[in-house]
Amino acid sequence: MTEKKIRVLVAKPGLDGHDRGAKVVARALRDAGMEVIYTGLRQTPEMIAEAALQEDVDVVGLSILSGAHMALAPKVLELLKTNQQEHVRVFIGGIIPDEDIQALKDMGVVGVYGPGTTTEEIIGDIRKAISGRLN
Amino acid sequence: MNLAASILEGNRLAIARLMTQVENDTVEGLAGLEAIFPHTGQAHLIGVTGAPGTGKSSLVNQLARCFRHPPPGKEPCRVGIIAVDPSSPFSGGAILGDRIRMRDLAGDPGVFIRSMATRGSLGGIAKATSGLIQILDAAGYQTIFIETVGAGQAEVDIARLAHTTLVVEAPGLGDDIQAIKAGILEIADILVLNKADRPGVESAETALRSALRLASSNETRSQHPEYIEGNQADDSTVTSNKVWSPPIIRTIAIDGNGIEVLAEKIEEHRCFLKESGEWKKREKLRLQSEVDALLQRTLMQQWRDKMSVMLYEKILSQVTNRKISTTNAVKLLMNGDNIQ
Ligand SMILES: Nc1nc2c(ncn2[C@@H]2O[C@H](COP(=O)(O)OP(=O)(O)OP(=O)(O)O)[C@@H](O)[C@H]2O)c(=O)[nH]1
Ligand SMILES: [Mg+2]
Repeated sequence: MTEKKIRVLVAKPGLDGHDRGAKVVARALRDAGMEVIYTGLRQTPEMIAEAALQEDVDVVGLSILSGAHMALAPKVLELLKTNQQEHVRVFIGGIIPDEDIQALKDMGVVGVYGPGTTTEEIIGDIRKAISGRLN
Repeated sequence: MNLAASILEGNRLAIARLMTQVENDTVEGLAGLEAIFPHTGQAHLIGVTGAPGTGKSSLVNQLARCFRHPPPGKEPCRVGIIAVDPSSPFSGGAILGDRIRMRDLAGDPGVFIRSMATRGSLGGIAKATSGLIQILDAAGYQTIFIETVGAGQAEVDIARLAHTTLVVEAPGLGDDIQAIKAGILEIADILVLNKADRPGVESAETALRSALRLASSNETRSQHPEYIEGNQADDSTVTSNKVWSPPIIRTIAIDGNGIEVLAEKIEEHRCFLKESGEWKKREKLRLQSEVDALLQRTLMQQWRDKMSVMLYEKILSQVTNRKISTTNAVKLLMNGDNIQ
């Protein structure tokens, strides 16, 4: 048996412009030995859920700078569930006001990361969140 | 969920899950492949290779759209896509970015896209690539594109795996065209000159053409290196004297220019393979090389399981001390129990 790999979908939903942050995280995850499926800008929740299904990922990382997180995150979670992918762990990076963080976690988002988060922290959290599923 | 049964019904979740099992080389993965194998062999496998950034993913995106929305009177076929990117040799991780160019296909239930990393395989193909192809084939995807970054051995690998191989070139790659043309001529069924909107198309096409001409005057063309041998062995059984000379097709993948012509050529090549008997020959070679690769891995594994690590290290150190030769070392290792 070959070593199992953590597969992560990194997506940028919403209409805001750049994906520098998402790319930095994608590279860090690769350097931590994960397989990162990078889907680029302007992804709809439907596109994200479908890609997560086809790629059979363990983790979906959403980069949201537009402020639309309270609309996008529940939609992605709901679609993952519809697709029988409720085991997929969802993480969000972006500029998220403090009062929304708890609300997102209550919905089922595993981690929320603002500017200044180290990539080590994200990597550690991902490993912890899926450790139960890897063997 | 019985993965194999669900796959034959086209269940996408089952397809994705079995692909993961096959990539991880699990017992469940092997059993699944075993169960679906009788249902494979239907799909047209199209390899797409070429230097990084030549526009392979953009082309696959356009071609898939074209196969999904054919001209009136033709049935659309279901399209599977496997996009292979290299794993980092340092971390074992990978960034798989080909989906970025395939946005147009999102939301179409007749398309299935899977990205995969090479996971330590040399060349451009992962150990599990042929397994993933079989899964899509059994699930009823009639046209399957396999995208790999072309570099040396990788191109030969993809040609062995596919029925039809597209080699993608783009102007402005400088002398690269010169450097890889030998490889191209051996494996390309269709040469795609993409980015035809860019300066330098003319000279790129001239270079490709003269290289092709040179090759066809040197020898009677043979599509794959293996065929040279094969043809000599059973010349009398060659079913037809039809030959295929690889066309050069100009495309602009960002706006779809030339894509219909390319799609027609691909279809033409499929018909050529079927009518000339070449399809059967390629199928045989394809499966043979799969069996051989598997046999090689299995033998190696069996041998490793029996071999004592200490003995292996001991013999290795005798080699490094120049006490025994590498050839002798292998002899000793092959009958490990006879030595002390
Ligand atoms: N001008 C022009 N640009 C193109 C054309 N086709 C693709 N591109 C651009 O070329 C870049 C690379 O395209 P991809 O489709 O990702 O190329 P690729 O060969 O799949 O790249 P890798 O998978 O990284 O090897 C992108 O920015 C495309 O938009 C074309 O016909 N003309
Ligand atoms: Mg690509």
